[in-house]
Amino acid sequence: MNVFGHVISWPQLYGQLLIGLINGSFYALLSLGLAVIFGMLTIVNFAHGAFYMMGAFGAYFLLQLAGLNYWWALILSPIIIGAVGAVVERLFLKRLTGFDPLYSLLLTFGLALVIQGLFQNYFGASGMPYAIPKQLGGTYNLGFMFLPVYRGWVIVASMVVCFGTWLVIEKTKLGAYLRAGTENPTMVRAFGINVPRMVTLTYAFGVALAAFAGVLAAPINQVRPGMGADIIAVVFAVVVIGGMGSILGSILTGFVLGVVEGLTKVFYPEASNTVVFVIMAIVLLIRPAGLFGRAA
Amino acid sequence: MSAEAVVAADLTERNRRANAIAFGVMVALIAIAPFVAYPFFIMQALCFALFACAFNLLIGYVGLLSFGHAMFLGLASYVCAHAAKVWGLEPVSAIALGVLASGVLGLVTGALAIRSSGIYFAMITVAFSQMVYFFCVEAPFTHGEDGIQAVPQGRAFGLFDLSNPWILYIFVAVVFLFGFLLIQRIINSPFGEILKAIRENEPRVVSLGYRSMQYKLAAFTLSAALAGLAGATKAIVAQNASLTDVSFAMSGEVVLMTLVGGMGTFYGPVVGALIVVSMQNYLAQFGEWVTVIQGVVFVACVLAFRRGIVGELAARAKISL
Repeated sequence: MNVFGHVISWPQLYGQLLIGLINGSFYALLSLGLAVIFGMLTIVNFAHGAFYMMGAFGAYFLLQLAGLNYWWALILSPIIIGAVGAVVERLFLKRLTGFDPLYSLLLTFGLALVIQGLFQNYFGASGMPYAIPKQLGGTYNLGFMFLPVYRGWVIVASMVVCFGTWLVIEKTKLGAYLRAGTENPTMVRAFGINVPRMVTLTYAFGVALAAFAGVLAAPINQVRPGMGADIIAVVFAVVVIGGMGSILGSILTGFVLGVVEGLTKVFYPEASNTVVFVIMAIVLLIRPAGLFGRAA
Repeated sequence: MSAEAVVAADLTERNRRANAIAFGVMVALIAIAPFVAYPFFIMQALCFALFACAFNLLIGYVGLLSFGHAMFLGLASYVCAHAAKVWGLEPVSAIALGVLASGVLGLVTGALAIRSSGIYFAMITVAFSQMVYFFCVEAPFTHGEDGIQAVPQGRAFGLFDLSNPWILYIFVAVVFLFGFLLIQRIINSPFGEILKAIRENEPRVVSLGYRSMQYKLAAFTLSAALAGLAGATKAIVAQNASLTDVSFAMSGEVVLMTLVGGMGTFYGPVVGALIVVSMQNYLAQFGEWVTVIQGVVFVACVLAFRRGIVGELAARAKISL
């Protein structure tokens, strides 16, 4: 195939499509976490990238210090980092309720600086390898291409977690409490539901989603202090495109934009880093509230 | 005159006097500074102070938090450096071109961003600045990771030789004071009153028949152009333009400067810029700890010190600075 002067081979196209889906998995998990947190706390968590990075480091430490393998890390790291998130909410964010939400944004940004700075101090800018678990090694022949098993796993795992979260929020009683708490916290409180605890748990859950993405990413990208800072701006753009507060919107947009980015790498590599932002500008022009968002 | 009117007039008089004193002190300090501190450091601090003042025009007086202001600083810096080095323009025209570039970028990104406000606005500006960052990484004229080095300082208006450190210092001081007074003039004008009204209660401003979008866009563009003035001047001072100036970290730093000094005060951003730049300079040997300290200052300011230094002082003395 010859497009825009680039000679493109089919394996290259499939390869980039796969990478796009993988990145899309991370975008979806991260923007979902942001959307969940936004829905309940109406704040933007600028520390989301830092928690994603901590999730990956969590997996690394669980292996190095406790000898716990990937599968343990997949469960434990999000729980531990989620608990850190709960502490952050209780210690800091809670004090800012009632103030302009911009202050919480600044606070989470400051926390992200502290976390990233600390990790960079101890681990430098370079990455540490994390081995692919042996059950997920090797490749699988799809007929038209070889799919590394681990990459297939990342896509499936992220899709399952994303849609599971969506189901819980949209279809269960717990989700109904959450949505009601977003609409009218005072009223929900009057029904005897502990809203402050719900807020803390929601923040912890959003953070845990970021940490889960971090563990999934550890064997693919190396475990690096800067990995969160690199991805967060794209995730913000994804959230803006999808529309803030829409759970399904953020999941779909995450996957789709990952694929679009992958395809751009094939057809017009120079624009692959900027394509998401260009799409964001176009979406803002046509639908300022985002593709799935309701107008403010 | 009624009693309240007398009090109000008295307050305005107090404010005017306090501002006159503060301005005098600032000019005096700028005049003395090169004899007690390293002039290059002061010149850089002045550029960042102007950058923070430009940023403060938005957050302090319109209530819009831009988290991508580095794009205006950086783009103007690149355009100015390129114009001076490759096209051989004299420095004032090169700076003007940089300001123009940032102003146009502000107009375009602002037109899209001001449709939203609050946290949404902050995220959109982050995304746009990241786009500009990647553009600067890829575009051939910026030389990617290397940046533009050895920018000639040249003769301002063909007369004043800026490679002479003293003339350069005066030049930078004049640019800074020009930008500072311009911002003060904008805020104290009828246009500025509308901006402040938008900050307090936008629906009411709209109901009075003002087109708040146009005011916001004008403020955003002005802020971008003034940030560009800071960036372009910085390119002439430091004789280079690099990716640091367009990075996300820089966007965060200007927020910190303004927050520490005091949002919505004239002198706060200047004080904040001086503190942040000194912190970077004197703590440089501690490497990444500077980032950690900046983060801690951020958290501390947000939790306990939301008025900032100048804001706190002004509130205690019951004046506005």
